[in-house]
Amino acid sequence: MEELLSLAFRAIFVENLALAFFLGMCTFLAVSKNVSTAIGLGASVIAVQTITVPANNLLLTYLLKPGALAWAGLENVDLTFLSLITYIGVIAAMVQILEMTLDRFFPALYNALGIFLPLITVNCAILGGSLFMEQRDYDFPQAVTFGFSSGLGWALAIAAMAGVREKLKYSDVPDGLQGLGITFISAGLMALAFMSFSGVNI
Amino acid sequence: MSKTTGKLLVEPLVDHNPITLQVLGICSALAVTTSLKVSLVMAIAVTCVTGLSSMFISMIRSQIPGSIRIIVQMVIIASLVILVDQVLKAYAYEISKTLSVFVGLIITNCIVMGRAEAFAMKNPPIASLLDGIGNGLGYGLLLVLVGFIRELFGAGTLFGFTVLPAVNNGGWYVPNGLLLLPPSAFFLIGIIIWINRTWKPKQVEEREYTIQRVEAH
Repeated sequence: MEELLSLAFRAIFVENLALAFFLGMCTFLAVSKNVSTAIGLGASVIAVQTITVPANNLLLTYLLKPGALAWAGLENVDLTFLSLITYIGVIAAMVQILEMTLDRFFPALYNALGIFLPLITVNCAILGGSLFMEQRDYDFPQAVTFGFSSGLGWALAIAAMAGVREKLKYSDVPDGLQGLGITFISAGLMALAFMSFSGVNI
Repeated sequence: MSKTTGKLLVEPLVDHNPITLQVLGICSALAVTTSLKVSLVMAIAVTCVTGLSSMFISMIRSQIPGSIRIIVQMVIIASLVILVDQVLKAYAYEISKTLSVFVGLIITNCIVMGRAEAFAMKNPPIASLLDGIGNGLGYGLLLVLVGFIRELFGAGTLFGFTVLPAVNNGGWYVPNGLLLLPPSAFFLIGIIIWINRTWKPKQVEEREYTIQRVEAH
C-alpha cells in the first residue's frame, strides 16, 4: 500500500506528465485559456487515463509479452512489437465507448466534456502513460494507481496553467511574446516550481 | 510546378513553422532535445513518418470513408512508427534507449495527424509527400536548434565532442546545468518564438485586451 502511495505521489508531482515529460503539450497550450474548460478537459483525461492504462496492462500481460500466449499453446510468440498499434487502438476505442456511455447515461457530464473527448485520442499524455507502464514493468495494481495519478497530475498542471493565463491576459507583454511565447515561458516557470518536489520522498 | 514544389518544402521552415506558428508537436520537441545527436535522429524519424504517412494517406484518400478516416490514418501512422522503432532498435540501440517512449509518441505527434488531415486528404500523393517532408523539416530545424543550444551551453559538447572544455575536466567553461533540465526547453522555445515573431511581425498574435496608456500629469 505504501509503495502504491509513493508511486502515486511521484506520478502526480515529481514525474508530472505535462511539466516533466512534456506530454500532452499541444492540448496543454491550446485549451488552457480559461479555468473551467481546463478543469473539464483535465477530468476527462483522468477518466480516460484510469481506464486505458490498466486495460493496456492486461493486454500486455495476457497477449503481447513473450510467453504470454502460453495459455493458447504458443509459448515462443513475442508480440511486443505490436504494442504501439494495440495501445492506440485501445485508446481510440475507449474514448469512443466513454463518449457513447456518457451520452446515454450522463447527458449533463457529456455536454460539459463532449467537445474534449475526441481530442483526447491524440493526447500524447494518454499514449505516454501506457508506454511508461510498459517500460517500467508495472503490475496491475500499480497500473491502476499510475493511470489515475498521472491523469490527476496532468489535470492539476493544466488547471494551474489556465489560472496563470487568465491573469496573464491583463498584463503588458512585449509584442513578439504575445500569446504563445509568454505561455511557453510561464509553463517553464511552472515546471521549475514542480521540480522542487523532486527531493520529497514518502 | 517546380516553383510550387519548392514552396511546399520551404514554406514550413520559417513562415509556417509547425512549432512556432501552429503549436503542433511540441511534446517531443521539448523532451528529446538535451543533446544534438538525439535531436537529429528524432528530426529524421519525424520527417520520414510525416512524409510517408502523408503520401500513403493521400494515395487512398478517395477510398477512405469520412466517418472512419481518423482510425485509418492512425493505423497507417502507427505502422510507420513501428517500422521506425524497429529500425532504430536494430541499428541505433543506444539512441533508441535514450528516446525511450518518445519514438512511440510520434504516433500522437500532432504534426503527423495535422498534415494528414489538413493537406493529404485533399492533395495528390507527390505534393503530400513534399508537404509532409517540409513540415517534418520545419519541426526538425527547431529541434536541432534547441538541441544545439542545450548541448553546447549545458554540457559544453556537440555530438559528444568537447567544444567548450568544462571546468570539471580541467577547462574554463562552467556548464549551465539548468539547460539540461526540462524547464529550459520551455524558455528556449519561448525565446525562439519571440525572435521569430520580431523578425516576421505578421505572426504576432493579437492582444485580447489592449492596455490604455494614460498620460502622466
